[in-house]
Amino acid sequence: MLQIENLHATVGDKPILKGLTLTLNAGEVHAIMGPNGAGKSTLSYVIGGRPGYEVTQGSVTFNGQDLLDMDPHERAAAGLFLGFQYPVEIPGVSNVQFLREAANAQRKLREQEPLSGGEFLKLAKEKAALLKMDMEMLKRPVNVGFSGGEKKRNEMVQMGILDPALAILDETDSGLDIDALRVVGDGINSIMRAPDKAVLLITHYQRLLDYVQPDFVHVLADGRIVKTGGAELAKQLEAEGYEAIAA
Amino acid sequence: MTNPLPSNRNEAWRYSDIAAVEAAWPLPDPENIMVPAGGDFARAIIQESGTIHQINLTIGAGANAAIHVLNIGGAYGRIELNVTLHDGADFNLGAVQIGGETQTLEIVTTVTHAEPNATSNQIVRSVLAKKATGSYLGKVAVARDAQKTDSVQDVKAMVLDRTATANAKPELEIFADDVQCAHGATVGELDKQALFYLASRGLPPAEAKKLMLQAFVAGVFDGAQAQEEFTDKALAKLGGLV
Ligand SMILES: Nc1ncnc2c1ncn2[C@@H]1O[C@H](COP(=O)(O)OP(=O)(O)OP(=O)(O)O)[C@@H](O)[C@H]1O
Ligand SMILES: [Mg+2]
Repeated sequence: MLQIENLHATVGDKPILKGLTLTLNAGEVHAIMGPNGAGKSTLSYVIGGRPGYEVTQGSVTFNGQDLLDMDPHERAAAGLFLGFQYPVEIPGVSNVQFLREAANAQRKLREQEPLSGGEFLKLAKEKAALLKMDMEMLKRPVNVGFSGGEKKRNEMVQMGILDPALAILDETDSGLDIDALRVVGDGINSIMRAPDKAVLLITHYQRLLDYVQPDFVHVLADGRIVKTGGAELAKQLEAEGYEAIAA
Repeated sequence: MTNPLPSNRNEAWRYSDIAAVEAAWPLPDPENIMVPAGGDFARAIIQESGTIHQINLTIGAGANAAIHVLNIGGAYGRIELNVTLHDGADFNLGAVQIGGETQTLEIVTTVTHAEPNATSNQIVRSVLAKKATGSYLGKVAVARDAQKTDSVQDVKAMVLDRTATANAKPELEIFADDVQCAHGATVGELDKQALFYLASRGLPPAEAKKLMLQAFVAGVFDGAQAQEEFTDKALAKLGGLV
């Protein structure tokens, strides 16, 4: 589904990704762990096409398409979803309004019929309920005044509504309380656990991986994948730290 | 009375397109509006064809006046309001100007709190693209015994291209001591992080910008007589800029 080959990328002329190679197949869940500043968020932004993140070498292929050749909104329509480490607040723009426009813009690019107001609202209600988020919050301006945990939950509601094929979730678990972590974990499984979907979880902690069990765990350090293992690698990292394992 | 043609050296015409003013010269007499004591007045002005509106508005004791402005059309569009408030009067201005190409759009106000206890509230939002110039010059004058004056000037401009110009000049001239005057002016650009966030959800760049600009001007027309027409025309104009 996703092939990243020898990816090099710079941010403000500073090399951050330095030859990263990673393959995700449909039906798989991968976790990426790694020290602060290793380049995990950078990887998610490069895949998402954020301006200012420049690819200097390598390729990213998504379902056979050259992802790097597409605009961010085209990547979304192709089935990519980014869960942000720091979801952005957008004053004055309501969640439901923007999500409906976004969903229909994606459908238009895919040559599908738009969702009617009623259809969209039904879908939004269903996903808000799945993530135990109050519908009223979904009517408020995007993330404005939301607590850290509420923002993360909102990311997952958005993912549920947009129904992507590939989700890259950057520290979706950080900021969540113990109960919210279970709700979000169950939400990820229910939305993304399917033979034709894949998930890349960026996380610092084992906790989320208890709910969303990864098929592979990678360690990203200094812009590269330096180690790959199964679910047990996360436990080992938690017990022993990066220095011991990835050095 | 024949006024001389203003030049850019005249403070109130500092950013004006003088050639356009000259073409329209001599201007018709300003419109004079008197709102009687205790009265209610509302006016909606949509400037679509490049005209100069000059209004002298006197608001009697305890009376209210609300003016809504959408300044979007023509090469040069100017709305000039000279407002005088008497005891306990209330003045509200909600104005949006949206310019592209080489348009020059301006809103010039002088609000005089001549007597105590009056309130004035001006909200102005400008969106400027390409080589457009949008200006707000707003003077609030508070007379010597106009105690308990409460005056707000809330002025924001959004510049979509580096080649566009926004001028914002809220000004206070206060001769009383027991007054509350809040004025703020900001000029900004669309938040790039927010635009990427919206794009990452599938919104094409133009749609994302339009959504954010819609939010930027939202609320200004609340309660306007022709609120729907204002909103529709503002959105249509924004749609053409992004
Ligand atoms: N605009 C920028 N200019 C220069 N350096 C940047 C810029 N943005 C990020 N960086 C640097 O890139 C490196 C990688 O950052 P990134 O956010 O990808 O790390 P991360 O692995 O996600 O870390 P964390 O675990 O703390 O979230 C950091 O050293 C960071 O300081
Ligand atoms: Mg990060």
